[in-house]
Amino acid sequence: MTAQAASAPAGTRLKALKRITFVDVVLWALRVIVVVVVVGGTIGTFVKGTYTTAQWVDFFMFGLTIGGVYALIALGYTMVYGILRLINFAHGDITMAGAFSAYFLASSLDRAGTLDAFPLLAMLAIMALAMGVCAGIALIVEHICYRPFRHVKSLAPLICAIGASFFLQHAFRGMYGSTIRSYPDPEWMKGRLDLFGFEIPVVQPIVILTALGAMLFLYLIVQKTRMGTAMRAVSEDRDAAALMGIDVNKVIIFTFILGGCMAGIGGVLYCFVYKQIYYFTGFFPGIKAFCAAVLGGIGNIPGAMVGGFFLGVVESVGPALFLDGIGITAPYQLRDLIAFTMLVMILIFRPQGILGERLASQRA
Amino acid sequence: MTFTVVAASYRHRERQRSAPYRTVMAGVTFGGVAVFLGFVGILTMFGQREVIAETLSLAHLTIAMSAFFAGLWVTHASSRTGLAARVAQGLGAGTVAGALIALLALSIHLFKLRRVFIALKKDLLDILTFEQSIGAAVAVLVIGGALCGLLGAALYLMPRKLRRPLVVGLTWAFFVGLFQELIQLMLQYEFLMKFRELFFTWDGLKPQGALIVFAAAAVTAAAWQAYRPRYDSFRENATPGQARMLLGFKILIGLVLIIGFPAFAGNFIGQVLMLVGLYVLMGMGLNLELGLAGLLDLGFVAFFAVGAYTTALLTSNADIAIANMSFWQALPIAVVLSVVIGVLFGIPVLKVRGDYLAVATLGLGEIVRVLVLSDFAAPVLGGAQGVLGIPRPSIGGFEFNDPVDLFYITLVASAVAAYFAWRLENSRLGRAWTAIRDDEDVAQALGINLVNVKLLAYGLGAGFAGVAGAIFAVMLASIFPHSFQLLISINVLALLIVGGMGSLPGVVVGAAALIGLPELLREFGEYRFLFYGLVIVVMMRLKAEGLWPSAARRRERMLEEESRAAIEAELRGGASR
Repeated sequence: MTAQAASAPAGTRLKALKRITFVDVVLWALRVIVVVVVVGGTIGTFVKGTYTTAQWVDFFMFGLTIGGVYALIALGYTMVYGILRLINFAHGDITMAGAFSAYFLASSLDRAGTLDAFPLLAMLAIMALAMGVCAGIALIVEHICYRPFRHVKSLAPLICAIGASFFLQHAFRGMYGSTIRSYPDPEWMKGRLDLFGFEIPVVQPIVILTALGAMLFLYLIVQKTRMGTAMRAVSEDRDAAALMGIDVNKVIIFTFILGGCMAGIGGVLYCFVYKQIYYFTGFFPGIKAFCAAVLGGIGNIPGAMVGGFFLGVVESVGPALFLDGIGITAPYQLRDLIAFTMLVMILIFRPQGILGERLASQRA
Repeated sequence: MTFTVVAASYRHRERQRSAPYRTVMAGVTFGGVAVFLGFVGILTMFGQREVIAETLSLAHLTIAMSAFFAGLWVTHASSRTGLAARVAQGLGAGTVAGALIALLALSIHLFKLRRVFIALKKDLLDILTFEQSIGAAVAVLVIGGALCGLLGAALYLMPRKLRRPLVVGLTWAFFVGLFQELIQLMLQYEFLMKFRELFFTWDGLKPQGALIVFAAAAVTAAAWQAYRPRYDSFRENATPGQARMLLGFKILIGLVLIIGFPAFAGNFIGQVLMLVGLYVLMGMGLNLELGLAGLLDLGFVAFFAVGAYTTALLTSNADIAIANMSFWQALPIAVVLSVVIGVLFGIPVLKVRGDYLAVATLGLGEIVRVLVLSDFAAPVLGGAQGVLGIPRPSIGGFEFNDPVDLFYITLVASAVAAYFAWRLENSRLGRAWTAIRDDEDVAQALGINLVNVKLLAYGLGAGFAGVAGAIFAVMLASIFPHSFQLLISINVLALLIVGGMGSLPGVVVGAAALIGLPELLREFGEYRFLFYGLVIVVMMRLKAEGLWPSAARRRERMLEEESRAAIEAELRGGASR
């Protein structure tokens, strides 16, 4: 396009100018605004110098922590998208369901003292419960909301998933109550750790390392096992995979289980960071994890991991870095704005994400 | 294989399962529903509502119904077995459902489940055991379940002539019992007192009242059934003049009902109807976007907020207000601004399709809400404190103060909007929308300007929501950012799904069912979204075209049914060979 325009005579260039529509103007204005806010805000913040280096490290580490959680949840979106080409809208609430169920185990272990006495074992048990519940509910949702629509190309499965999302939220509200419950806070998670001269809360490296470990495990499953190979084959071409003798149904079930397990770990870690849970806890992390999946290129497993960490860091550093600099009062109230703006911008300007292929515009 | 063939073969396989399997599955499904209602606390709530005063609570009715429908369903599903077998299956399914509920009662009795599940406590146990000992309760539940299952089977096997009046009578008695408070409220007038005492006590419907309602409804239904052929033949053979008169008569009755009823029924009903009206307005807006153009917009609430905030800021007497207009001056500005915002909203997501569009618009809607709520925008929009002191509209000294008065404004607005929506649907633009819904690429190839058509869908849809927002602002006389949650978009989506996407009467039906019913049954409000989620899933699975499908969908559906029947017949032939 640009090469053509450069070699074309002046007359056609004028015509090309005339072809600029109102829509283009608005989209360019959007780009300019975002660039101005980002660049201007950054310069403004550094000129003002409100924050110390220790504070920046704090923001960054918190971003990585929460980013690890986003990445774990995003894996569920991206794997399901890769295989079924649909957004599992209820995934955030599936996460909540697991973490909320694990709360009861966690608090009883805490009261019994097991959580302090055998931290590793107790955490494993809590996560195993969350993983089990998440995987189970993910399978039920798949069976009820997605399976009947596997051969239809319409909005039906998405609408069904939206319904399932609200159904899950309010079913768990009815079962476990609408009050906000506080997750246990064991002694060994309370301290601070010295890392290259900066003090960070112990819980952050725990969460980051757990998330990385889970992701490594998942990556090995997807890359090295027979089932993982089958998964990749199905996401490449479902019909061809079926012709090669792969049981597509089994692969889909396996994918939902795997996504549910990752969501279970992510949900428990999220609750140990924020120390609380109620029935609506899952919805926004879910949407943000979806943003992370899109950011990394949906359908792309390493993409979801990168996207999760990236979103977490930008969201955590962003209010101080971009918004404070241009003189916005109380920039932390606008934190959610950053994730959603990033989602919309990515969808407009680079739907294939950071690492992904162009899937967003292919699917009608 | 096409989807129809796949679905048909799936159904065919379902039907070939063995009879015991079907029986147990029916019992487990319907009994499971009752157990689930117990787990989430709905059954406990139902226990406080009596359908027939001091005789039958809604909870007990639900338990009985679960076994009843298990029996009915299994009888329906085994259409190819003998009569005795079907009756036995109905009995069996009812027993299984009853046993499942008995199991719930037993486990509440034995274990301390309420530590985790807050609803599983003494109240629920009392309901499940009929306040008797646990052993007796288990026996009652199982035997009662079996009887109810039997009744279900019997109802299904009954000749149609008998079944129809019975079902109509029972349904009427049920609804009169359920809504007794409202009906009593309407019978406040002096000359209706006698009438009321015949049916109701202060606590609810009397058993004799229920019997009278049942008998009256059943007799009417039977009479109508007998008279129906004559009416049908009259309608078919009617001269154009007669047909026009019939239609006019129907419209007249409808108008008298909708205009006269709220004034007669009082402010509470007026308030509910007004909310329904607001959602009808929004539903018609989203119907343009989703029903016609196929654009799933989850940020729809933003337009509603724009309408409300514009009206508030232009008319309020608060400090941050920018003008002191009347409602009538502010309304057109609010609508125009909503349209503009709608178009601006649409531009970034023009190229985003399908699933992505839903999440992208959700993000945009949340951006609006977060901005409105923030301190950053507080000097202009009032932040979390909202905007207070919005005056009520008035015409020449008459002030629209009561909900009923405001309902009439909503009614007029809805009528005007419905006319617009109807004309749009059948216009060139409406057909262009339908075209891009069915296939964007083909539509573009046919020369439809996708950009213009999509932006018009967003803009016009937003305009409808803007009207609703403006009326909402004057209704509450003050607005807060918390009124504009994502849940409103979900409400509107749900009512479209229930009514039927792309169908104008469907919007009204959906709004009445989803907004009106939960408002009337106040205590159900807590579980409203559970119900919405469920309704969305169930409708998509069982009746995706909605309760009142649009004409085009109805035609499609008929063709689909025909081809499915043909395929199923073929499959059956293949299986027997």
